[in-house]
Amino acid sequence: MIQIENLQKEFTIHHLNKTLHAVRDISFTVEKGSFLGIVGKSGSGKSTILKSIYGTYIPKSGAIYYDSETLGKINLVTASPREILHLRKYEIGYVSQFLSVMPRTTALELVEQALLETGVSYEKAHEEAIDTLKHFDLDESLWNNYPNYFSGGEKLRLNIARAVVKKPRLLLLDEPTASLDNASKLKVRESIEKLKHQGTTLIGIFHDLEFMDGLCDEVFTMRKAVVNAYEA
Amino acid sequence: MHVEQPILQIKNLSKQYGAGCSNCLQPNARLEKNFCPVCKTVFACKDVSIDLYRGEILGIVGESGSGKSTLMKSLYFDEEVTSGEGYLEDFHNGSLNIFTQSGQQKRYIRNALLGMVYQNPMLGLKMSFSSISNIAEKQIAAGSRHVGNMVNRSNELLNQVNIPLKRSKEPPKNFSGGMQQRVQIAKALSSNPPILLLDEVTTGLDLSVQASVLDLIKTIQRELQISMIVVSHDLAVIRMLADRTIVMLNGQIIEQGLTDQILEDPQHAYTQQLVYSLL
Repeated sequence: MIQIENLQKEFTIHHLNKTLHAVRDISFTVEKGSFLGIVGKSGSGKSTILKSIYGTYIPKSGAIYYDSETLGKINLVTASPREILHLRKYEIGYVSQFLSVMPRTTALELVEQALLETGVSYEKAHEEAIDTLKHFDLDESLWNNYPNYFSGGEKLRLNIARAVVKKPRLLLLDEPTASLDNASKLKVRESIEKLKHQGTTLIGIFHDLEFMDGLCDEVFTMRKAVVNAYEA
Repeated sequence: MHVEQPILQIKNLSKQYGAGCSNCLQPNARLEKNFCPVCKTVFACKDVSIDLYRGEILGIVGESGSGKSTLMKSLYFDEEVTSGEGYLEDFHNGSLNIFTQSGQQKRYIRNALLGMVYQNPMLGLKMSFSSISNIAEKQIAAGSRHVGNMVNRSNELLNQVNIPLKRSKEPPKNFSGGMQQRVQIAKALSSNPPILLLDEVTTGLDLSVQASVLDLIKTIQRELQISMIVVSHDLAVIRMLADRTIVMLNGQIIEQGLTDQILEDPQHAYTQQLVYSLL
């Protein structure tokens, strides 16, 4: 599903005249329907890999081949912004630790909109949004409120709900359980298991190794901007 | 996915104020920013090429004097371009350069195929006419003649932009800045154009009013699947609205890409400065 070949990412900070090496010579493959966990210290380049797959970062060199349902095999490093937008809309989801929303958009609208942009009817979007919010135990009294007032955990659950509701083919998880309590983590875990069962391919970064246990099919450990260890 | 055709294609658009000279009209001209120190010609836009696709919001950012507004005014025929080509899918299937059309054809494009919302409502509205007349004016210009239909459409639009119908006969000069912008948006939408041009529409509005205008723009885009070009010097506005973003400096495009890529992984030194300045 995803094949990364010799990926390198550098950040050139012009005003400091400095180049930071975030990721050097990374290669790995993720099979369809499997879950790859990436672990490593802060600054080791874990998020850089996910953001390079999602198109937020422009790699310096290397290739990221993705088997798209609609575009065929495509190199995400050289794909056009319009192709990336298409994949984000229909195939690839991303969950970060942070929730960015339109002002004055309620939690329910936020999840509905994720589906509406893919062309489903309002009725279906509404129904599925409610099911997903219920699944993540987001209190019904919050559905019609603005997420700006939510706690960190509530925001995170809403963020995951927004990505999961679209049933993406590939889901990228950037520390989605960082500030969740155990009950919420369990919900996320259930949801991930369900997505895996439906055939979604997942790549996730977690600090919580216990959470990953039994969930990931493969684990990469990263150190100093290089994949140093590989466990299967 | 089939090969997508842009709804609007601009190729090498240039707009200069002044005739130019042997110093500034050569390929590697020595300019001070976009200004020729010899003949005082200003190159407001230089070789700007953009593609806009159906249903997308394209953001354009840059500091004052970067050429953003000149580009918008050129697209809306408020300014005559010095050179360049423009093709609209909805105008002869994109086979004719819109910049070389007759005045009559340009008026048709402007009134039926484009909508414009200016930063200054005084440029887009007749401040002493009723709001409903302002909206009807664009419908008349686009060919409508049935008064009943125009009134219904104007009321529908005022409702959509949250202006109370009981105030439809009041002139925009009686309204707040946010309401004036909403009347402008209603007017711009009144002929159902496939493309909306928005030039610094939230500049000068207080934060809560800004939020309501942004919310309205996003709702309109989602419901009508209209394409938009949004010009702003405010990166927060662009982050909120745009799918793709173009960065302009001294009349030229220096960087373009996905909005989150521009904001999180800017490549050009100037874009980095802009992003680091984001509060």
